[in-house]
Amino acid sequence: MADLRSGPARLLVVDDNKVNRLLLTRSLELQGHRVATAENGRVALEMMRREPFDLLLLDIEMPEMDGFQVLEQLGRDLQLRDLPVIVTSTLEGVENVVRCIELGAEDYLNKPVNPGLLKARIGASLEKKRLRDQQKEFVRRFATSEVAQDLQDSGFALGGKRVNATVMFTDIRGFTTLAETLPPEETIELLNTYYTLMFDAVSGHGGIVSLIIGDGLMVIFGAPLPLANHCECAVRSALEMIETIELFNLERDAAGKPRIRIGIGIASGEMVAGYAGTNERATYTCIGDTVNLASRLEAHTKVAQRPILIDGVTRAALGETLAVEALGTVPIRGKLVAVDVFSVTVPQPR
Amino acid sequence: MPAPTIDPATFDALKEATGAEFALELVDTFLQEAPAMLAELRRSLAAQDADNFRRTAHSLKSNGNTFGALALGELARDLELTGAAKVGARGGEPLAALEAEYARVAAALAVLRHG
Repeated sequence: MADLRSGPARLLVVDDNKVNRLLLTRSLELQGHRVATAENGRVALEMMRREPFDLLLLDIEMPEMDGFQVLEQLGRDLQLRDLPVIVTSTLEGVENVVRCIELGAEDYLNKPVNPGLLKARIGASLEKKRLRDQQKEFVRRFATSEVAQDLQDSGFALGGKRVNATVMFTDIRGFTTLAETLPPEETIELLNTYYTLMFDAVSGHGGIVSLIIGDGLMVIFGAPLPLANHCECAVRSALEMIETIELFNLERDAAGKPRIRIGIGIASGEMVAGYAGTNERATYTCIGDTVNLASRLEAHTKVAQRPILIDGVTRAALGETLAVEALGTVPIRGKLVAVDVFSVTVPQPR
Repeated sequence: MPAPTIDPATFDALKEATGAEFALELVDTFLQEAPAMLAELRRSLAAQDADNFRRTAHSLKSNGNTFGALALGELARDLELTGAAKVGARGGEPLAALEAEYARVAAALAVLRHG
């Protein structure tokens, strides 16, 4: 395995003083790094938003935008918040150094910077960044970026919190029968295409896939990150799924393969969202009555012969934005009283 | 014995760390940049532009320390901490002291540059 500390890194030096810029650049180049410079915070932020850097060496006292303001902006920027920052300055007063660290600076070095110390601190920062990047990459592969972000912000803890959100269940109709007629390799290929289409429709509307069970998906809108109109987002996502599957079916028709049909159940309300499982293996999910209802509604699509069924809460949130048909009350397993069920009208392809 | 205008140990360490040729180029850059910084101190003192006064003094402090001009660095730090208002109230005397020290530093650096 390559030594993580030795590779050249791309560094940005921000200092309004030319002597300081030249000196720091020289020291860093002698250590084998590639260096770009900016003469104030505003220019630096523009550069960072244009091209990637591995580390920022930041002065504090600067005209136009000082180092404190840069640290504040970086902290608010989802793309840049993980960029390690080493402050190099000659700040008067320890409270200013404390402020840098509190604003997210990884380290503080007094100017003139001792080259040996500089090298050690940069090496340590870069290695930490590489480990963090690697970890994030692993998390991304098994979770959505929203969950990855939530894990990063709040850390991992089993247990949940009450949220107001929308849950969706989807399922391929008659998948088991379909799978029996197909060689397993083709089934996997079909599933992967199907997941790709479904995931696009989910993430495009702000949802996250919580569970994949065979051909079924459980999707959450409004957690872990709040989503203003989670009901409508979920329904629009469902409509996009139906539309996408219709296009996919045209391809399958042309290839002489059987069509697939999906059923979608959606319910909204309070639920408990969080990490369920064990400390070793857990998933981000939602639990509660609303979740059960969404699952039952999905199952009920077979009976109702409609592709998208929603509950009364979701229906009410939609207002008049989308065409909806009331199907009356339906007894749902696990519910003492029958619930109002609505079908979302799928626009006919033109 | 008064402190030397340029602390030899600091200046040698700079040459050691960055290479002698680069260190001398850096001296040139400083000698080019410093007059504008002194002018900016005068301007911001007259205009009572406290931010620019503090920032410029801060830069001079940092550059002085880089080359081992420790007395200059100390005088600049004094300006930074005192601020434009109080320096103005004292008739600009601390700035005059810094200007005099800079003249000595510039002469000493010129000798190092060509010596």
